[in-house]
Amino acid sequence: MRHLPHTLVRVLDDGGDARGEWDPRLDDTVVLAALEAMVRTRVFDERMFRAHRQGKTSFYMKSTGEEAIAVGLSLASGKSDMCFPTYRMLGWLMARGYPLTDLVNQIYSNAADPLKGRQLPILYSARDFGFYSLSGNLGSRIGHAVGWAMASAYRGETSLALGIVGDGTTAEGAFHEAMTFAAVYHAPAILCVTNNQWAISSFAGIAGGEETTFAAKALAYGIPGLRVDGNDLLAIWGAARWAATRARANLGATLIEFVTYRAEGHSTSDDPTQYRPHDEAKAWPLGDPVERLKTYLMRRQAWSEDRHQELIERLGHEVKQAMKAGEAVGSLGASKPPVSEMFEGVFSTADWRLIEQRAELGI
Amino acid sequence: MPSMTMIQALNSALANKLEQDPDVLMFGQDIGYFGGVFRVTDGLQERFGLQRCFDAPIAEGGIIAAAIGMGAFGLRPVPEIQFADYILPAFDQLVSEAARLRYRSGGEFSAPITVRSPYGGGIFGGQTHSQSPEAIFAHITGLKTVIPSTPYDAKGLLVSAIEDDDPVIFLEPKRLYNGPFNGRPDQKVASWHGHPAAEVPDGLYRLPLGKAATIRSGEAVTILAYGTMVHVALSAIEECGIDAELLDLRSIVPLDIEAIEASVKKTGRCIIFHEASRFGGFGGELSALVQERCFYHLEAPVERVCGWDTPYPHAFEWDYFPGPARLIKAMSRVMEAR
Repeated sequence: MRHLPHTLVRVLDDGGDARGEWDPRLDDTVVLAALEAMVRTRVFDERMFRAHRQGKTSFYMKSTGEEAIAVGLSLASGKSDMCFPTYRMLGWLMARGYPLTDLVNQIYSNAADPLKGRQLPILYSARDFGFYSLSGNLGSRIGHAVGWAMASAYRGETSLALGIVGDGTTAEGAFHEAMTFAAVYHAPAILCVTNNQWAISSFAGIAGGEETTFAAKALAYGIPGLRVDGNDLLAIWGAARWAATRARANLGATLIEFVTYRAEGHSTSDDPTQYRPHDEAKAWPLGDPVERLKTYLMRRQAWSEDRHQELIERLGHEVKQAMKAGEAVGSLGASKPPVSEMFEGVFSTADWRLIEQRAELGI
Repeated sequence: MPSMTMIQALNSALANKLEQDPDVLMFGQDIGYFGGVFRVTDGLQERFGLQRCFDAPIAEGGIIAAAIGMGAFGLRPVPEIQFADYILPAFDQLVSEAARLRYRSGGEFSAPITVRSPYGGGIFGGQTHSQSPEAIFAHITGLKTVIPSTPYDAKGLLVSAIEDDDPVIFLEPKRLYNGPFNGRPDQKVASWHGHPAAEVPDGLYRLPLGKAATIRSGEAVTILAYGTMVHVALSAIEECGIDAELLDLRSIVPLDIEAIEASVKKTGRCIIFHEASRFGGFGGELSALVQERCFYHLEAPVERVCGWDTPYPHAFEWDYFPGPARLIKAMSRVMEAR
């Protein structure tokens, strides 16, 4: 098993066929559902990025190129499993049918925002969909995933935790502490590094990616490490299933590095041409995950170019409807939750300071 | 009723909660097999098992992160940080995660954890085993900070902290673990035995968070204190004979503003007495609140008697420690003011 972090687990070959022992052998209907969730993610990202450019919100981040990871993990995981995501895991929610309108309302911080106007756009929280509260701090929740997994084991429940960080965040102490805890307590957790090659403007080498693989960090902690093609939905699924089977059999945690590529800028506040070749994305290491899955399904006669175009159109319409519904409530600034929400939820019950301050504001 | 030290009272609170609530568990450095460097968890692993009380790696951030994940899941973890001086590696977890989780998730997740940690000086611990970091936690909205001063309070407050739905920093004044301390290091070390507040019931009881205790009623000046300084203040009051009113705040968040206001309005004078260094300390907040709310009742400037703005020095422990002599001087100044 010690060689695994230094290889690359792949199922889809360059021609689009599934090969090898990691093939999860999924029904075409299941793969089609994954493709749909990936395309929905991409279409949504494009529309919302444009909405930002139109001044409808303050911030947005796309997950272009990383859709297969989020969708694959989401669909391969159980309903009671909890994902401790990065901000490029929107596909997890898309694969589980999270209402698009709620996403739009959160991004617009409007009166219908499920997070009550308190959180930056896209830092979602969706407990019922197995999606832990996101935040802007990096790496500070991967240890929560380990704690969650320990709690689940303590209670004798079967819920697994998936803790996700990016390649850059593996440099944080929090990552290494979580690895130690996961190893020491045999936590039923799947810890993942989405290595998209870029941490804003720093290439993965700044986080140590040139010295060894991120998956190989697992070896020092005595847990298995897998290095997986992160643009290959089937490989992601196979790896996730393998790690989950180990965790449920009480064999403890697994570290999975997903090798992928951030095809777009870091966020709406970023211009990647300032620090990487402007045509780098065209080379797209390991290829576009959507195109690869599409080719696979087409080679199996389960999909066609026409049906793919129809899907994009249908999803575009869905997203448009959701945006309309969100904009009917209001885009950023045109609508917001009651200001009293600013004072709620700081504590389980507001103390005198908050009561007085709220009165001072006259609400 | 049994007489307990603060250590025994804390142990009793933890044992009661372990017995009563299967969701309570605890972990920290050396707290399992060994029972903690101060013995607060002595015997708990043996009695309740490895799953309920266990040793943790030396990674404070990892300890608090794991506790938050457990709390979000639905457990009631009670992690220990061996010395409050070593809580800073976990500061990001406390500030960016525990304190904010309920707020930012719209109430979907919360972190009902109680972080126990011995704090404070007077034990020749030097600058790495003596600090009083309460003010930096009080500044973080979303955290509660509780500091007991007696065995009876320690148990009742710890039970309430564990049952509280918000993250609580529970600071245990280590100089009071084995006996009250009047701030006079030249005198014989006192034990809790025979002290009225060392009478601690074996069973479960609770003291509300955010309720100050009036340790001594008086008319001349209000002294606001918590932790070790409560006992030092009482000794100073006895020595100088000034009819001071002494409030033990017991928790600084939530803060019993009503009790503070009522007392200062009655006496017209106020001294804030804490061991932490002065500048930016919690005394500054208390002083501002008293000034804002009691200005027209004040007969003298609000004074702060605190540790100096230096690191906690080893050889100069008793020059740094705000002992009874400094408080008595401040009381005299305040009483002379017109």
